[in-house]
Amino acid sequence: CRQERSREELCVEGAAAHRNTMDCLIALRGDGYVLVAADTSFARSILVMKQDEDKILELDDTKIMGMSGEQGDREQFGDYVKRNLALTYYRTGEALSTKAAASWTRNSLAKALRSRGSYQVNMLLGGYDADVDKVSLYFIDYLAAMHEVPYAAHGYAGFLVLGLMDRLYKPDMSLDEGIALMQAAIKQLQLRFLVNCPTFMVKVVDRAGVREVQLGTAAAADAPQQ
Amino acid sequence: MEAISHAGACVGILATDGVVLAAEKRVTSKLLEPEMRSDKMFQVDDHIACAVAGITADANILVNWIRRAAQQYTYNYQEPEPVELLVRDLCDLKQGYTQYGGLRPFGVSFLYAGWDRRHNFQLYHSDPSGNYAGWKATAIGNNNQAAQSLLKQEYKEEMDMEAACKLALQVIGKTMDSTNVQPEKLEFCTLTLEDGKPVYKELSNEEVEAIINSVELKKE
Repeated sequence: CRQERSREELCVEGAAAHRNTMDCLIALRGDGYVLVAADTSFARSILVMKQDEDKILELDDTKIMGMSGEQGDREQFGDYVKRNLALTYYRTGEALSTKAAASWTRNSLAKALRSRGSYQVNMLLGGYDADVDKVSLYFIDYLAAMHEVPYAAHGYAGFLVLGLMDRLYKPDMSLDEGIALMQAAIKQLQLRFLVNCPTFMVKVVDRAGVREVQLGTAAAADAPQQ
Repeated sequence: MEAISHAGACVGILATDGVVLAAEKRVTSKLLEPEMRSDKMFQVDDHIACAVAGITADANILVNWIRRAAQQYTYNYQEPEPVELLVRDLCDLKQGYTQYGGLRPFGVSFLYAGWDRRHNFQLYHSDPSGNYAGWKATAIGNNNQAAQSLLKQEYKEEMDMEAACKLALQVIGKTMDSTNVQPEKLEFCTLTLEDGKPVYKELSNEEVEAIINSVELKKE
């Protein structure tokens, strides 16, 4: 049900959207895989609550969704998407395609947007579809805009990383090349971003399923030289 | 259920390259405006069609429901709805009317013809109780037992659309009251794939005539 919202509420919400920007969320798709990277700090104001937060949700064995933004909304909405995907699987006997899952997610976000309880979560949803043997990556922001993209980033991370990816990304990169590019991007963030992001969680989805990727430490990572 | 067994017969046959639905038009009068809405065949979505037998007014409500449901799914998922899911959701609705509220059930049986990427062509049948099942060939409405037994004898696994249309015609002819099979008394629709996309087609009288002729010729 819809309720009228006061002007104050709307102003607060607009300002709060700024909070979405601090989390670092980057993703790219290559030859048969999608890589999603997210920083692992959870901070409130000047305090860091934890350094080992996993912001990349495994929706099912062929889809992962990196999420940034309000922590409570991340958990709630992420879980909501995951459980509804599972329900669809049990009802129909097969999982949704990546496109259908992304569309449903976007649609839920859009419905919630103009209601009492909107979710302030940005997402990068990557998935593998066995029936066409293809991977796809969907950029979804908290206002329910969506697009299929070869690589993307949410928040401030984009300022620092998209230029580099524009230069270095090639379609159908091998997994090793993709990981190297991701490492280069993360290194830039750790060098130039005001907010300290010492550790990242990186996951990959491909034909073989979903798994975590171990990157070298910040010191060990070598960025491709320009 | 009684009303349905008196309603015009409908036959559905699953072929390797499509599904055919054939129905007997109950009301034929020179005064009837032809091209206006059929009361037997309905296209539900690009990839799903249905034929009905029973109370027309009830059928209209339910067809409207499934048309809306199919679009709602596509709105949410940006993909065509899997056929079985649509059938099942409608059947859940029908079942509700048998269990809650003191309302009477919908007096309609459906034959659904559909195509989706996972299961290719499919044929389903549902009745007022909300039961449904997938079929290779089945019939509803008037004389459906006779139709079913004929189908059991004549149906072959690897039939193509041409053979399926001919068989549908033979079966419908058997169930009809009159001995003379005329295109004006029949409705035929087919669901096939063209360029990988499902195509729904209502056959014109000439096309039905052509099928009648091909069946008759074979007999001679």
